[in-house]
Amino acid sequence: MSRLAPFFGFMLLVALFGFGIWWNTRHDQREVPSPLIGKPAPEFVLPLLDDPARTVSKASMLGKPYLVNVFASWCIACGEEHPVLMAEGRTLGIPVVGYDYKDAPEDAKAWLARHGNPYDMVIADREGRTAIDFGVYGAPESFLIDAKGVIRYKRIGPFTPEVIASELKPAIAALQKEAP
Amino acid sequence: MTPELGQLALILALLLALAQGVLPIVGAWRGNGALMAVARPAAAGQAVFVALAFGLLVWAFVHFDFSVQYVADNSNLALPWYYRIAAVWGAHEGSLLLWIFILNLWTVALAAFSRQLPEVFAARVLGVLGLVAVGFLAFIIFTSNPFGRLLPMPADGGDLNPVLQDPGMTFHPPVLYMGYVGFSVAFAFSIAGLLGGELEQAWVRWARPWTNVAWAFLSGGIVAGSWWAYAELGWGGWWFWDPVENASFMPWLVGAALIHAQAVTEKRGSLRAWTILLSIFAFSLSLLGTFLVRSGVLTSVHAFASDPRRGLFILCFLAVVVGGSLLLYALRAPKVAGGKPFRVVSRETAILVSNLMFTVAAAMVLLGTLFPLVGDALHLGKVSVGPPYFGFLFPLLMLPVVLLLPFGPFLRWGKSDAAPLKSVLLRVAIAATACAIVAAFLVDGQLKAIAGVAAAVWCAVGTLLYVYKRWREVPRGRRYPAEMAGMLLAHFGVGVFLVGVLLSESLSVTRDVRMAPGETQTIGSYQFRFDGVHASRGPNWHAEQGVVTVTRDGKPVAVMHPQKRTYLRGQVQTESAIDPGITRDLYVALGEPMDPAKLEGAWALRLYHKPFVRWIWAGGLFMMLGGFASAADRRFRVRRAAAAAQIEPVAGESRA
Repeated sequence: MSRLAPFFGFMLLVALFGFGIWWNTRHDQREVPSPLIGKPAPEFVLPLLDDPARTVSKASMLGKPYLVNVFASWCIACGEEHPVLMAEGRTLGIPVVGYDYKDAPEDAKAWLARHGNPYDMVIADREGRTAIDFGVYGAPESFLIDAKGVIRYKRIGPFTPEVIASELKPAIAALQKEAP
Repeated sequence: MTPELGQLALILALLLALAQGVLPIVGAWRGNGALMAVARPAAAGQAVFVALAFGLLVWAFVHFDFSVQYVADNSNLALPWYYRIAAVWGAHEGSLLLWIFILNLWTVALAAFSRQLPEVFAARVLGVLGLVAVGFLAFIIFTSNPFGRLLPMPADGGDLNPVLQDPGMTFHPPVLYMGYVGFSVAFAFSIAGLLGGELEQAWVRWARPWTNVAWAFLSGGIVAGSWWAYAELGWGGWWFWDPVENASFMPWLVGAALIHAQAVTEKRGSLRAWTILLSIFAFSLSLLGTFLVRSGVLTSVHAFASDPRRGLFILCFLAVVVGGSLLLYALRAPKVAGGKPFRVVSRETAILVSNLMFTVAAAMVLLGTLFPLVGDALHLGKVSVGPPYFGFLFPLLMLPVVLLLPFGPFLRWGKSDAAPLKSVLLRVAIAATACAIVAAFLVDGQLKAIAGVAAAVWCAVGTLLYVYKRWREVPRGRRYPAEMAGMLLAHFGVGVFLVGVLLSESLSVTRDVRMAPGETQTIGSYQFRFDGVHASRGPNWHAEQGVVTVTRDGKPVAVMHPQKRTYLRGQVQTESAIDPGITRDLYVALGEPMDPAKLEGAWALRLYHKPFVRWIWAGGLFMMLGGFASAADRRFRVRRAAAAAQIEPVAGESRA
């Protein structure tokens, strides 16, 4: 009997791996639960891309929900996401704030001019300092922030029409239901 | 046309592998010499076709054949030729082709050097290797074809992952695979031994040099990987307990146990079942490593493409190979504990203790590596197991091994007298204590560093004492047979490794600083002066290159050029600058610019002073040399007559 022990131990391992494969087909590997969800968004003060003299801060955005979409002209996946935002951004019913991440302003402006601008406003974080507070680790990445300045939903990677329909819009609907 | 030829070559290789895997084993079972004779030609033919496929893929890379999807994904016109060749194993499909290519190298070597073995046994061994090859060739052909076409053909390709564009990474995979795949030989020997039954115990002696060589390659591969992580990733670390690193480390640990267990089984006939089990484990863990890396079951810094179909295939393959061999073990393993008896104070006991520790350590690493998966399975949420777990348990488990190490060579088989051991204990203890006291003053009471010095002296002095004993007692020419020399080299390497790990871990100084041109930072007795950043170019990248001048007491030591490279496809890669030394490394990594003025302004820099860090890899290289040296022993070059005598009387058994 004891000679069969290694065999049974190994079969347990196989079962675990089989589960792992099954689990991975169901779950996005990159789905890291963000510790920021349900927490107040970090304080930020960032200049507008088009007019660096004017700044946007967390305080100035309080009062209505909005979506922050981290993008950059150097980011290839942002190019994939862009047409989706162009098509669906206006249908969300909330302002979409572009967050230009570690990018040269000229490049970003040229990129938006070429591909179209889906954003209600674009803020620039040239050094990527504020992005650290947001826990951004790549572009594109998006944050849904409610009227009280609390992060309610986060998406890592590009939006697709399916994700917008199944995740983002329900999250926005939930916010609007809460609002008086 | 050539990619289709490559595809065809792989299919032919698969058919030959089937012939090599099935016919000789059936022949050995039926006693049919004609079927057994198929093994060698089939193995040679398979190797020719696999080499052809491999060569065609290299050719496609060298000649920029972007109509091949794999080539287009992993190279481009600006990539230098040496990295184009390294790109062959730079991603999933090609690295599997390398795997099977190396398996064929081992098989051909075995076919050539096994002529003195009994025909039945050689047929079984080659047959088992053929079956392993069938699995991998089918995996390549059905799920991971490196010769898939891309139409229309792009004008230029993508890029080889920039982290792989480093000399260390060029050698790391082939050497590592030589080790991984090499365990398949020990595995095939023990499966053949199980199939053949009790009569063929002599297989352990024939398997030993192959195991030692495989383990030596694995040591070399791990050293190259660790060196690469240190030089290329810019974190200054040399080991991260990352799942993929663990995947190579587990077979290494079990391999170390196997080498020792094989010595016991060969010389004394004891631990036979255990040796078989370890051979199965060592190769299973190599396969498991492939599974973990290739299936995407675990996420890791080694971001490989994951495809559930591939994962499922390897899992089934793993289940058949490992499950099948463990079942065979359960049915056929030697039932009676054979071999010569041994007392508590004996070499067998010491090896048994170290074997236990190595195996438990491998199990500990396996548990830590798989725990995130267990966490998912039991709904514990995302769990990550990191360096604190491994860093605490691993040294604890290795402590008995290190403590026993100096006595190993002095211990006799069967039964040892206590008196000579006591004198060894006294000497190593005095040496270790004395050095620890001296070290305590030099390193300012850092416990880890003091322990490092003591442990290293403990191992090294113990080993040197034995070298001296042989020198004094044995006439010239017979003092250090290769097998023993290898053992002494590897044991000495443990001491060197301990110096590196414990001193560099405890005494390293890291400083993250903002430096404007002309500013100076002092670490220890070294002054680092930042002389600004300028632009630099390479064949397929452009970079911001910093200049840091290091002086010591006003004398120049080094001018270092850390870079931040941007490759063609926009990937940014830190290229740290290292000034190597025997007693310390200076290491500078370039961070982000701190001023909008960019180049001319201040930059974030990371400066390291790492004492003795190089000893880590030196220790690993000693172990590698030890493995190679002991495999070269003349005793292993058995003649047919000796091999046919099945179990020989053990000559000179207290020798090594």
